[in-house]
Amino acid sequence: MRLELGKINITDIRFAKESKIEQGVLYIDPDYLKPVVLEDEKIRDVVFDIAKPGESVRITPVKDVIEPRVKVEGRGGVFPGWTSKVDTVGSGRTLALKGMAVVTAGKIVGFQEGIIDMTGTGAKYTPFSKTLNLCMVCEPVEGLKQHDYEAAVRKAGFRVAAKIGELARGLEADEICVYETCGIREGIEKYPDLPRVAYVSMLQTQGLLHDTYVYGVDAKQIIPTILSPTEIMDGAVVSGNCVSACDKNPTYIHQNNPVVEDLFAQHGKTLNFVCQIITNENVYLADKERSSNMTAKLCRMLDLDGVVVTQEGFGNPDTDLIMNCKKIEAEGVKTVIVTDEYAGRDGKSQSLADADAAADAVVTGGNANEVVVLPKLDKVIGTLDYVNRIAGASEDTLRPDGTLEVELQVITGATNEMGFGTLSAR
Amino acid sequence: MVKELERAGLPVVHVCTVTPISLTVVANTIVPAIAIPHPLGNPALDKTEEKALRRKLVMKALSALQTEVDGQKVFED
Amino acid sequence: MAKIKVVHYINQFFAGIGGEEKADIAAELHKGEVIGPGMAFNTGFGEEAEIIATIVCGDSYFNENIDAVKAEILGWVRELAPDLFIAGPAFNAGRYGVACGTIAAAVKEELGIKSITGMYVENPGADMYKDKVYILETKDSAAGMRAAVKKMTAFALKYAKDEKIGASCEDGYMNQGVRVNFFEKERGSKRAVDMLIAKLAGKPFTTEYPMPDFDRVEPNPAVKDMAHATIALVTSGGIVPKGNPDHIESSSASKFGEYSIEGVTDLDESTFETAHGGYDPVYANLDADRVLPVDVLRDLEKEGVIGKLHEKYYATVGNGTAVASAKKYGAEIGKRLVADGVDAVILTST
Repeated sequence: MRLELGKINITDIRFAKESKIEQGVLYIDPDYLKPVVLEDEKIRDVVFDIAKPGESVRITPVKDVIEPRVKVEGRGGVFPGWTSKVDTVGSGRTLALKGMAVVTAGKIVGFQEGIIDMTGTGAKYTPFSKTLNLCMVCEPVEGLKQHDYEAAVRKAGFRVAAKIGELARGLEADEICVYETCGIREGIEKYPDLPRVAYVSMLQTQGLLHDTYVYGVDAKQIIPTILSPTEIMDGAVVSGNCVSACDKNPTYIHQNNPVVEDLFAQHGKTLNFVCQIITNENVYLADKERSSNMTAKLCRMLDLDGVVVTQEGFGNPDTDLIMNCKKIEAEGVKTVIVTDEYAGRDGKSQSLADADAAADAVVTGGNANEVVVLPKLDKVIGTLDYVNRIAGASEDTLRPDGTLEVELQVITGATNEMGFGTLSAR
Repeated sequence: MVKELERAGLPVVHVCTVTPISLTVVANTIVPAIAIPHPLGNPALDKTEEKALRRKLVMKALSALQTEVDGQKVFED
Repeated sequence: MAKIKVVHYINQFFAGIGGEEKADIAAELHKGEVIGPGMAFNTGFGEEAEIIATIVCGDSYFNENIDAVKAEILGWVRELAPDLFIAGPAFNAGRYGVACGTIAAAVKEELGIKSITGMYVENPGADMYKDKVYILETKDSAAGMRAAVKKMTAFALKYAKDEKIGASCEDGYMNQGVRVNFFEKERGSKRAVDMLIAKLAGKPFTTEYPMPDFDRVEPNPAVKDMAHATIALVTSGGIVPKGNPDHIESSSASKFGEYSIEGVTDLDESTFETAHGGYDPVYANLDADRVLPVDVLRDLEKEGVIGKLHEKYYATVGNGTAVASAKKYGAEIGKRLVADGVDAVILTST
């Protein structure tokens, strides 16, 4: 499949009477977006705000981060299964608004939402301190259940991102990147001497509030399957999960999957990038066994030489990671696994819940238990009411002087397990 | 945690869903549970059935505690 | 700012006294003297630091009289009160490496004085002391002296000035078994792709996290008389009385809870909930017996299958909780249960 990704660089976001993109500036009329959010009767109200890099702003509790995109040529539309029908995406041309993101935030739905700081120590750790963020804080109607609220906010985020993406339709891209993979026979003929490599992407699927969706399907119900790596660029995989902020994969990171980008960079040079394999991290042992068996089998049937495996979350998914690694290696396919660590605040503990000698090539996103102190910032988008309760915080997190003592866990994207950032540990 | 309880001289049975982790962290006596969010229950069943299921698991755990083990053992059905 | 005061330890060979035939010389204190590699260190320190004394000891003498010589040297160092102690570098000299490691670690641990040494990674002193004191990695022979001194000088100044020490791979010391965060030059995905390309080509690569070994505990004898046994419940599933009175964290729990279930025959929505943030809490919140089977155990108690359900249970949150903390909680809970006369434990995890 071949996808042209046109990048439109956004250099500023401003509220205005008319919504449009002009010379890299996104002008947004809140009344243009508000009906898009409120069409879901579960949401009572929404407030939009803008956070820019370097500003003394903290966004929390952060739910998801999404990049606005629009499909201008080829089958389907962005976020299939949500804002578009389920036509197969990943070919033709898509425009992406670069340098910005839609951030959904609001009254907490579980324990596990995050913090995005636009300046200070926290900004060093989150990738979203570098994007212009259009934040939407959603208020649910009275008495709405946690999971209904989560679903409503999640879907509203996609609708808003798609609506903003529509503003780019007809615009000239600043840069166009072409991503193309070959069919199986074509690839073998074209690159007979290059190792065949795939990317195994483990999706968080631990249950209500901890899920990922593929073309609208709850990924805990999938059997591992293959995707063209271009499909995710159109939003085929979206986040619906509330695992610890540091190592969950917001939709933005699925859209801009760094492993996919870096494998494409080597495609046709040092390797033949065959496809993306998606699998899940379920709570039943039988599911873990079945999914890792299927994943290893796919690797064998695709005649792969090597794979990069990425995880999402931690704890029992460490077992899925190790099972995948062990079983894929047993098929004679070389693996590199990407994870992060929970080595304790002092760094002295065992980093993963599971281990195996087959996992001899590990890339780590760092120790999520490391404690950092975040400065008091001038403005909060969302609320600090829950900051002592999110994963990685404690009852002493909010200190009398307004600073926050937290583990990296609370910071959105800090120890990302797709290798989106440069943080590591030894 | 399971290891430290054992070290304290207490026979311990670990009832858990992800037995491979339990095996890796070297618990000795292991009984597989239902699922992570409800190790000793199944919300799909009605109350009586669910309690019967739980009783079966607890009985299995108790019988595991009465079994001499040499090294690690997972008490499957 | 005053110059950083350094005391330097070397063996007979680097002091220019002699080789193997002089390895039995006793420890000597040379106040105000800079000897052998000390000269290179002093040059490297420039105006920032200076060696105020050099201690010389034969390698055989050190290793054969380890306690006495350690005490003697520690006495001198205490007296000199330097800001920093440097031993070696020892390269691949085995007895010298052990001496450097021993004395450098002792100075740090017993005197609380910053201390470093340097040696080759395969020097037996490295494995013995790398988790106790900073050991800078050097080449295997004195041909690597220049590079070793440069590396140790830079590290010594940084350390003495209380600047932040980075991860082992950044600052060139041997990994101390402590995970330290730092920012790499390349993002993780690029490092993974590069590592895979190397692995596929059969070229060397370095994993960022070597797999650990797990220690084992022998199982205890089985329970002989269940009908008279006291059984306790422990859970890492975070089941707590409604409202989470001890504020056990949803992740990375800093404590465990001890709660009474005296007279409780069934856990329900109004009295118990879960504090665990790693799984979907709905099922456990509706009926906590799904995690902590109090209802069934009460029935079994009544029926005489078990002697007694212990009236206290213990809970913590496994989610993101460091193994070392879990270990600490386990040990403490174990102690209390033994003291209360409990015979066996059912531990449930989510």
